[in-house]
Amino acid sequence: MRKLGAETKTARYAMLIDLDRCNGCGACMVACAVENNVPPPQASATPRTGLNWLRVFRLKTGGRDAFIPVMCMQCEDETPCQSVCPQKAVEFDPVTGIVGQIPERCLGCRYCMAACPYQARVFNWRDPQWPAGMEKALNPRVSVRQRGTVEKCNFCHGRWQAALEKAAHDGEEGPVHYTPACAEACPAQAIRFGDLNDEEFAAACHEQGVFRLLDTLGTGPKVFYRTSRAEVREATRGFGEVRRG
Amino acid sequence: MIRTGILFLAGFSVAFSAGWWSMPRILYREEPQPVQFSHIAHVGEKGGMSCEDCHSFRVDGTFAGVPKLESCAGCHSAPLGETQAEKDFIARFVEPGIEPQWKIYARQPDNAWFPHSAHVQRGKVACEKCHGDIGKSDRLPVYRVHRFTGYPEDVMGKRTGPLGLKRAGGMRMDDCVACHRQNRLEHSCLDCHK
Repeated sequence: MRKLGAETKTARYAMLIDLDRCNGCGACMVACAVENNVPPPQASATPRTGLNWLRVFRLKTGGRDAFIPVMCMQCEDETPCQSVCPQKAVEFDPVTGIVGQIPERCLGCRYCMAACPYQARVFNWRDPQWPAGMEKALNPRVSVRQRGTVEKCNFCHGRWQAALEKAAHDGEEGPVHYTPACAEACPAQAIRFGDLNDEEFAAACHEQGVFRLLDTLGTGPKVFYRTSRAEVREATRGFGEVRRG
Repeated sequence: MIRTGILFLAGFSVAFSAGWWSMPRILYREEPQPVQFSHIAHVGEKGGMSCEDCHSFRVDGTFAGVPKLESCAGCHSAPLGETQAEKDFIARFVEPGIEPQWKIYARQPDNAWFPHSAHVQRGKVACEKCHGDIGKSDRLPVYRVHRFTGYPEDVMGKRTGPLGLKRAGGMRMDDCVACHRQNRLEHSCLDCHK
């Protein structure tokens, strides 16, 4: 944690997902669940009651199917979930640009879930139950949430904290570099994680063929998608488009 | 009228004192440490060791905390001195190779992230600021654990209201936040919560 001020070097962590490379294998979903102590769904769980911070959607475009991993988009401007939370349990961290969901404060009213245009938030309906022995493999860097709270992707905040601890130990200043679990696990290397203050990464996020989901809403998502297929861009663009003015 | 008042005051003071005396005993349970340990005997002129000899940092920046048995056995493979506690320690732990289950006074809740590196090495916070003068103690303080939450008293604090009766070395969220606020380091809940 650094002091905010003129000398502060803040980060704007973002993700760039190459949809041409993604083949929908779901390794990122598994890695995400393991990293963040998300319990496996019970047999009776439905898509609504099961817990997933990261979901891979299948997009049928007529030709080859496209697969779109969707997690919290880490909205930068007018973060919808933050502005509706009556508990201030959602925070936009100015140092990292990560939208934090604080289970200690969450009432479970799920207003944020209604506000999120990406349906990226999930509600914890049950206390986590682990298959025998699996609780020994829990990640000590991430606390296990209890039922009645809303959860979401936080760009593997535990890994960020670990990197920060290492940086403090080594006496390094400035934003730290780390890799979230999904980006690390992706066998096709479709997920790239970086800092938008880094010029090379920022340029990659503004190349031809890069788009963001529901860009017209003006929420400023920091998850970018790249595809060379115009039909995929077209199929996602029409979804939920809002006319302004 | 006056008699009623006196009776009420007497009853109130008896009940109040009884509650004041008994509540901490009801809420907290004392648990023994596996071995009586003297910091004074180890550090300073007497022992010649520094804090970092036992409480060290790992390469990845995490804090090793309480030393493992092998660090103790490095010197205490055979009894040093004549005390009975020393002989007991060798017989109970070192010879069978059983790790002593030390009770940690400052054990934090599962959802709190506290990096020692950032505070000690970058922030230059002295150990005593949070842990008190335990490094100068000859005996381990009594370890008292909350019966319901399972957290030690030093984390929960002894403060039970606006009276400000605070034990030195208590580590509560208020203390963390106060220090962060003072140093203009307060950004986000997720700086400390995981």
